[in-house]
Amino acid sequence: MKPAPFGYAKAKSLDHAIALLAEHADCRLLAGGQSLMATLNMRLSAPALLIDINALDDLGRISLDGDTLEIGALVRHAGAERSPEISRHAPLIALALPHIAHPAIRNRGTIGGSIAFADPAAELPACLLALGGEVAITNATGTRRVAADDFFTGLFETALGTGDILTAIHLPAARADSRYGFAELARRHGDYALVGLAASARAEGKHLKDVRLAFFGIDATPVRAHGAEAALERGEDAVAALARDLEPDGDIQVSAAAKRHLAGVLLGRVAKQLGEPRQLGEPRP
Amino acid sequence: MTERFHDIALTVNGEPVRERVDARKSLVDFLRDDLGLTGSHVGCEHGVCGACTVRLDGVIIRGCLTLAVQCDGARVDTIEGVSDTGEIADLQAAFQTRNALQCGFCTPGMLLTAQMLLARGGVPSREEIREHLSGNYCRCTGYHAIVDAVEAVARARAEGRP
Repeated sequence: MKPAPFGYAKAKSLDHAIALLAEHADCRLLAGGQSLMATLNMRLSAPALLIDINALDDLGRISLDGDTLEIGALVRHAGAERSPEISRHAPLIALALPHIAHPAIRNRGTIGGSIAFADPAAELPACLLALGGEVAITNATGTRRVAADDFFTGLFETALGTGDILTAIHLPAARADSRYGFAELARRHGDYALVGLAASARAEGKHLKDVRLAFFGIDATPVRAHGAEAALERGEDAVAALARDLEPDGDIQVSAAAKRHLAGVLLGRVAKQLGEPRQLGEPRP
Repeated sequence: MTERFHDIALTVNGEPVRERVDARKSLVDFLRDDLGLTGSHVGCEHGVCGACTVRLDGVIIRGCLTLAVQCDGARVDTIEGVSDTGEIADLQAAFQTRNALQCGFCTPGMLLTAQMLLARGGVPSREEIREHLSGNYCRCTGYHAIVDAVEAVARARAEGRP
């Protein structure tokens, strides 16, 4: 299908984009467009105006500030895959990226777009949650930071409000004792996950602490599994604990019971990864 | 400038193009309907099938998920341009020799996607080839012949054979 008619404006600066957002009630921000254009083509959405933010080069940077890695909202998946900073300081993101869609989509899709769209089966929202990162948001009245635990509020719903622009995500940079795990199941490589799990922890001797498990493809948002996290920290049976953490919804592809089973399988794999020291990978060519 | 219609100037297959476009027109519809470049195909129109794959500023993208109006000032290359330059002549020959196409609907997108992998150099594994092509649907061949063709060209290029 073809999208319903809309106006188009190319923002020249962040201030310009914010002014356009303030002037036009019925509008959408266009970044990579890899989810937005599909929803417009299917006429699931029909805004009066698209505000193209692709020229805002300031939002395309990756930088380390102390112990925090800032990834600009317009960093594309392909750019993130090639980034030595992300490989070194955010290895969980590097583990997840190859699972996201396909080369032609990764060349265009943006990190900020994926977080803002908040698909419950997408990889990056779960990684943000697993890392305990923050989302930087700017609007006409100023800038604020929202913790990942508070950002995803419902199905495709986030803390972003009218007039807001997601400008960057902030992630705690990897330390020597950081441990990460990532696994997902999809019918075709690059598809949205049937079930997936992103995880981070810190190693203390033979034990794990600060375990954060973020499942995706399970519920309306990426979800923490607090019981399993505590079980992993105590060295107890995390898969058993998981049964009380998750209330998966079945979908057209997998029943709720199968999702519950698969979540346990993934937890087993990821728990093993968390137990192993991190292998620092090189960015993909 | 929040209008529906915009003037754009871009380079398509090396030729300068100036047109007035409706903001809602996708790049692939613009190439096919306005420029008559019908080698890029329109399949699913929501980014799943890969039939509309073209190059924007040197990298492959979905022609159905990018707007023509966004391509003002950009360089676009389609299967027609890449065929004319001879860049993928060996890959096209391998597709023909190995029966890697039947109806041909997916082929332009498949070729451009495969060329991205091949341009990195080296000989990718069959698994890497499959993973790289996973975003391009083929409903005829069952993919084996396509993987054969891409693998054969990777080997030939690595060995410096024509």
